[in-house]
Amino acid sequence: MIWQLDTIILTFVIICGIGAITVKDLLSAAVIFGAYSFLMCLLWAIMGAVDVAFTEASVGAGVSTVLFVAAVFNTKRRSKD
Amino acid sequence: MKVFGLLAVILCGSLLLYSTGDFPDWGDKDSPANTYLSPHYITKSLEETAVPNMVTAVLADYRGYDTMFETTVIFSAGLACFFLLRISNKKEKKRTFYRHIATGIILHIKEGGKIPEDTSKFTQIDSQWTPNDLIIKVTCRMIIPFIQLFGLYVIAHGHHSPGGGFQGGVILGASMILFAISHDLRTTRKRISEKTAAILSTTGVLIYAGTGLLCMLFGAVFLDYSALAWLLGSDPIMARSHGMLMVEIGVGMAVMFVMIWIYYNISSAGKQEEGL
Repeated sequence: MIWQLDTIILTFVIICGIGAITVKDLLSAAVIFGAYSFLMCLLWAIMGAVDVAFTEASVGAGVSTVLFVAAVFNTKRRSKD
Repeated sequence: MKVFGLLAVILCGSLLLYSTGDFPDWGDKDSPANTYLSPHYITKSLEETAVPNMVTAVLADYRGYDTMFETTVIFSAGLACFFLLRISNKKEKKRTFYRHIATGIILHIKEGGKIPEDTSKFTQIDSQWTPNDLIIKVTCRMIIPFIQLFGLYVIAHGHHSPGGGFQGGVILGASMILFAISHDLRTTRKRISEKTAAILSTTGVLIYAGTGLLCMLFGAVFLDYSALAWLLGSDPIMARSHGMLMVEIGVGMAVMFVMIWIYYNISSAGKQEEGL
């Protein structure tokens, strides 16, 4: 484990985490969450858990982002009430 | 209220950060988990199961019962999406937009208008936003077979390299979701209907549980694949390896079709008429 690489990725993870909850647009939040998952995948790979990294890349960054986007497309700009 | 929430978050966070100090170091060989259980897996799993990737050996064999219920959890997620979102669309059939295939002209059919029947000349399109983009369709059609081949490789080669049923199943499901995004939901439902997705995801879970029951039938405990040696025509150690493959195929099937099923229900808000 290289600590410089680790620090950089962890910083980006925190930035993505804060960004995903502060950004107003839901679609951008979904995409930032995908980036968060991908950075976590890098972290798992650095720690040697390749199977977990694979799962994180396919489920977290791949399918769950698509499902989030699909859910966001069914929302409206303004609430009805 | 916001201040209270912030205080609770800070309190919980600092407690968690404080308690991580008591964890053993990363890769510490004297930590409780690494003193008796991990060495057994690391040194013995190859000779006991003939599977080089010990993660697969632990997931599918030593901890097979856990993985079975993980598969069940995924299946329950698909079932929950179905029960929460699915709406019957028998009553309202608003088929209003059609595209003439040869010319690309879009017809908007008003209420009471005649709906074109000849489907080889006209194709029904979504009412919101449907670009007829040839480049996207052709590119996705060429990529999808390779994605599916990679998914099958990940499932079948999980014994030797990272991967397995979950990852391969997700990749296979994602390939069909890519097809649904590049074409539309109706075309995808002609390939894999909702009924097929539901039945095959159930079959995946049943393959897993059935393998376990088969082991019981041959006189061993649940999910002890070495009992299948006679059935598979190999020695008990290779039988454990083959039994894992059977189980991984079940997991892959369940995960793939549950992903497709969830996508159908979420992208169309349960109506399954018009998707993304």
